Amino acid sequence: MNLTRFVSFGGIAISCLTILAMVSVQNVKADQVTLNASGATFPGPLYQRWFAEYNKLHSDVRVNYQAVGSGAGIKSFTDGLTDFGASDAAMSDTEMAAVKTGGVLLLPMTAGSIVISYNLPGVTAAIQLPRDVYPAIFTGEIKRWNDPKIAAANPGVNLPDLAITVASRADGSGTTYNFSGHLSAISADFKAKIGQGKQVKFPGVAGKGNDGVAALITQTPGTIGYVEYGYAQATKLPMAVLQNQAGKFVAPTPESGSAALGQVPLPENLRAFITDPTGEPSYPIVTYTWWLVHTDYSAKPGVADAIKGLATWALTEGQKLSPDLGYLPLPDNVAVKVQAALTQIK
Amino acid sequence: MDPTAADVPESHTKTSWVANDRSKHSRRFDLFFAKATFLAGWGTVVLLAWIAFQIGYAAWPAFQKFQFGFIVGQNWDPNSDIYGALPLIYGTAVSSALALLIATPLGVAIAIFLTEDYLPPAVQDFFKFTVELLAAIPSVIYGLWGIFVIIPITTPIGNWLNDHMGWCPLFSTPSYGPGFFPASFVLAIMVLPTIAALSRTALRTTPIATKEGALALGATRWEVIWQISLPMASTGIVGAAVLALGRAMGETMALAMLVGNNNQISASLFAPANTIASLLANSFGEASGLQVAALMYLSFILMALTLAINAIAEVVLERTGANRQRG
Repeated sequence: MNLTRFVSFGGIAISCLTILAMVSVQNVKADQVTLNASGATFPGPLYQRWFAEYNKLHSDVRVNYQAVGSGAGIKSFTDGLTDFGASDAAMSDTEMAAVKTGGVLLLPMTAGSIVISYNLPGVTAAIQLPRDVYPAIFTGEIKRWNDPKIAAANPGVNLPDLAITVASRADGSGTTYNFSGHLSAISADFKAKIGQGKQVKFPGVAGKGNDGVAALITQTPGTIGYVEYGYAQATKLPMAVLQNQAGKFVAPTPESGSAALGQVPLPENLRAFITDPTGEPSYPIVTYTWWLVHTDYSAKPGVADAIKGLATWALTEGQKLSPDLGYLPLPDNVAVKVQAALTQIK
Repeated sequence: MDPTAADVPESHTKTSWVANDRSKHSRRFDLFFAKATFLAGWGTVVLLAWIAFQIGYAAWPAFQKFQFGFIVGQNWDPNSDIYGALPLIYGTAVSSALALLIATPLGVAIAIFLTEDYLPPAVQDFFKFTVELLAAIPSVIYGLWGIFVIIPITTPIGNWLNDHMGWCPLFSTPSYGPGFFPASFVLAIMVLPTIAALSRTALRTTPIATKEGALALGATRWEVIWQISLPMASTGIVGAAVLALGRAMGETMALAMLVGNNNQISASLFAPANTIASLLANSFGEASGLQVAALMYLSFILMALTLAINAIAEVVLERTGANRQRG
């Protein structure tokens, strides 16, 4: 009895001391800036890496990034709960108008490709999917792997007589938004039946997150689904070669992704939606992903400079880390343009 | 360690001695403690009402727009802002019912095995402990186990049944991996400890004298189980099953991983489906506008259903308690 009481008092004492210690550490480093940010999960791993590397160089800036999803990131930023947000879909005009104080600036910080992965036992070569075929697979119109349309694009490949199971994201996600956006852009039928959105009605099965979709694909033969390039690369999923607007079949690589980004001129407001890139070497499904920052941080001393410093580093040195983690480095002219926009942050 | 008759007067004198000698300070503390427990008790009631109010309030825009048509609507499409909850209610009901169908006979069988003295008490305790440990496994572990162990087993079974008995609506689709059957099977194991433990308690209330009387009159053990123990424990077993149903309906993580997350209504046991809890867990992160209200409406339905089911279970189990006291 006495012992338990002693132990529990000890526990309380230790927790109190820990809290005191944390409080005092905060007090000692008064010049330290902690930036709170939240948003997209897709670029989450790259951002975490950036913030850790930047903290090594500038120990006075610490970023607390929570990968809660693009929608939640926009919401927290709009409500003023975070210092900056991150989103896979740029904010719409109505969303931007909802930000009451501080103004909004959208900064494309990195980009990525979305790939179509599949599980076809006995097929080792990457399959080729024409522009009229892959939207029809995701609407459920093409139902079997040995469909003449798929076979015609893959001469010499022994396609099995197997049902196609579509695997999609069960959770709302920027990946689904961009993937369904591309399919809607190239197929009127897809647009009418399913359309673009963060959570849309695909046929078949759905899993949570990239890992959930990847598990569905690897488990059941005949399954096809979409995941981020970095994830497919890391988990060695087979990736389909897609036909682009120019009619060429292009494999997802960092080069073909960057080529697609280079095709789209970035407007003044830095919002570019790449639903169907032109150019022969372009991989068709690529997307920018944005930081949402305020233009006026006068209420929060030190934050504006910290964000500018962090963003400048991320747009220069940080871009070199992108390919390792499966993201696309921004084209040089884009990085320069975004850096120029940083001067608007006050 | 039951208190024996001799202990009672002794402890009585002891407490009264303490009570006489109590300081003002100690009394004040007691009063404070009594008030604190009172507050904590009412706090729980207020908290429940507050949660219900908050969810109802957040659901109001969706309720105004869809009213009760929400419950029978068959299309859940956030993209066009159309929300109908029937596929989700159907998925929740079918997956829980299927789980119960598997778990109840199994759980009752375990309870019989552990109450009729087939085993020495030490071995009985070991089995009891093991079954109860099933309740301690986190549901995400059940989900992973389902993905990596159960789905690879159920998929070929589902495909075989579809090939050979595809005319039967229950097997009308091939298995896509996740679906009703693997989800319900795992769910059954998750609610098994609830059914086994409560049925065991119910079976134990059968008075030994009744059982011995039946045996003395020449009844076999089989007859005693079927005609004495089970009928006498039936209310408790029903209560256990209803409580397990409440648990199964609210289960989220394992189902989100195993049910396939497709908002459709299909009679097939192997078709992918979705449940209310799973959709809620998957959708909230990116939801906005009317979708949030629709999800809240759905939460409200789930909460009302599970509260009702738990209340029924409590009433039924209460009645067994009363029986026990009479016996």
